[in-house]
Amino acid sequence: MFARGLKRKSTEDAEDGDGGVAGVPAAPSYTLQRQSLLDMSLVKLQLCHMLVEPNLCRSVLIANTVRQIQEEMTQDGTWRVVAPQAAGRAPLDRLVSTEILCRSGREQEGVGDGPLPDPAPGQAPRRPQSSPWGLDGSREGRGGFQKSLDHIFETLENKTPGSVEELFSDVDSSYYDLDAVLTGMVGGAPSGPGLPAFAPAAAAPPSSTCRSDLGELEHAVEILVET
Amino acid sequence: MEEDIDTRKINNSFLRDHSYATEADINLSVEFNHTGELLATGDKGGRVVIFQRSRRSKNQSHEPEFDYLKSLEIEEKINKIRWLPQQNAAYFLLSTNGTWSVIRGQKGYNLKDEEGRLRDPATITTLRVPVLRPMDLMVEATPRRVFANAHTYHINSISVTATMKPTYIVDIKPANMEELTEVITAAEFHPHHCNTFVYSSSKGTIRLCDMRASALCDRHTKFFEEPEDPSNRSFFSEIISSISDVKFSHSGRYIMTRDYLTVKVWDLNMENRPIETYQVHDYLRSKLCSLYENDCIFDKFECVWNGSDSVIMTGSYNNFFRMFDRNTKRDVTLEASRENSKPRAILKPRKVCVGGKRRKDEISVDSLDFSKKILHTAWHPSENIIAVAATNNLYIFQDKVN
Repeated sequence: MFARGLKRKSTEDAEDGDGGVAGVPAAPSYTLQRQSLLDMSLVKLQLCHMLVEPNLCRSVLIANTVRQIQEEMTQDGTWRVVAPQAAGRAPLDRLVSTEILCRSGREQEGVGDGPLPDPAPGQAPRRPQSSPWGLDGSREGRGGFQKSLDHIFETLENKTPGSVEELFSDVDSSYYDLDAVLTGMVGGAPSGPGLPAFAPAAAAPPSSTCRSDLGELEHAVEILVET
Repeated sequence: MEEDIDTRKINNSFLRDHSYATEADINLSVEFNHTGELLATGDKGGRVVIFQRSRRSKNQSHEPEFDYLKSLEIEEKINKIRWLPQQNAAYFLLSTNGTWSVIRGQKGYNLKDEEGRLRDPATITTLRVPVLRPMDLMVEATPRRVFANAHTYHINSISVTATMKPTYIVDIKPANMEELTEVITAAEFHPHHCNTFVYSSSKGTIRLCDMRASALCDRHTKFFEEPEDPSNRSFFSEIISSISDVKFSHSGRYIMTRDYLTVKVWDLNMENRPIETYQVHDYLRSKLCSLYENDCIFDKFECVWNGSDSVIMTGSYNNFFRMFDRNTKRDVTLEASRENSKPRAILKPRKVCVGGKRRKDEISVDSLDFSKKILHTAWHPSENIIAVAATNNLYIFQDKVN
């Protein structure tokens, strides 16, 4: 999916001889890839509680990955906040946006080093587990998600790029502090959880970052902390 | 000691010895006991199966085989199995799933707590080129329930001291979740010094602790960490540095660690870097994002030493497992699958094509089956007999004695 894994942007741009990603902080492909990775990671954190066997090590590693991205984006100044969507569709749209980003990233980059198998267009690599969301637990969970995702895909692809703009508004930035989210200690969360859904690949990617549904994350946090 | 192990010789030597199959994905854990006479397997469904070495001579050649001895159902999911040093004629088996139980592993299986006694370790004999041969015995088992414990943190690693008292190291959840950035991933006691143990972390560090020095496992006497390679830095660097298994050598002089892409051997006297690093499947380095997406990057592979500490073994994907000879620096990739190993047939080495023209018999990276992963392997303490758990199949390979 991403060439050479997703390399961290090097601060010494001049010294870094790597082709492609490093040295071009504003390159849309890198930003898009990083955003996609962030989305994917947040989804994984959300889904931790749905696994048959929640894995503390895995959760910690994913959370650390999110922190790394967050730190880098903060340094970039790209850690901007994006508004939530309508409450009802939010969680599933949130999942969909990652998939679309992954797909658009691949289409931009070409196959390159490629995903593991050659995926069907619009689908993430599905080698061992059939779901791209990394669900390694219940089959019920996967089936349910798949139906919801398919439905949302159809809905989403009917959107026009312009409609994305309507979805953005200002939100308190503490909303998206990962540490606070993980501890479920964020108070006064806005009433409309969710994330913007991105337009299909053809549209220019939004420059803002996207955030998880706080409600979902709080729930995930509850699961993580409970014994 | 052993002769130069040529890759071709290793290829010619491993034959499938035994196959034990179930239908479900049971994630077998396997372990030889300290004499190598018993082999225990435990699965997610709570089934413990024990195989016993039998010594039947066939055709005048000494061909030790493993017979199905007994199985036991316990109402818990089994994560790891470790044998306790045995007392007299009694064998002990320890399994864990979040709680633990000790099972007397002979006739009459009872679930109860026991303590054994120290027994002299088996003499480590010279190893010849390992030759694997399949056995005739096949055991079928029906799949069992998978127990879901949504809110328990499993004991991830268990180890047994040389003097008998089992001790456990458990991932401990801190009071504040936001402070948790590193977890203990594996641990083991020193084979000879019962007061010493090592534990590994999700950040790729190893700590050696002497319990005499401190009662707390966060006071370490040695700290092993390799400096990060800046040229390979990515968002996945930490994840792939997370250590999934740590094992002392039988000699007690070295430790071996397994992270996602490599196996490393450390000298206890050198903390700043490993003395040896072996690439298990470096061709996956460019696929890390996909492997993160499908969660394969979190697979926890184990690693094992052979009896003389000269060869190390670990699993990979596509039912491949790898062996590295520390002396000759040769390595081999073998496959544990029914299709590729007829009974009594010799396993041929496999090769992954990483680019360019794919030769016949090579497999390309994109064709690897990532659902077929070998996480658990075991090596007999003194002979060239290995047990390989491939998803829901157990393979026993043994040396062909010429």
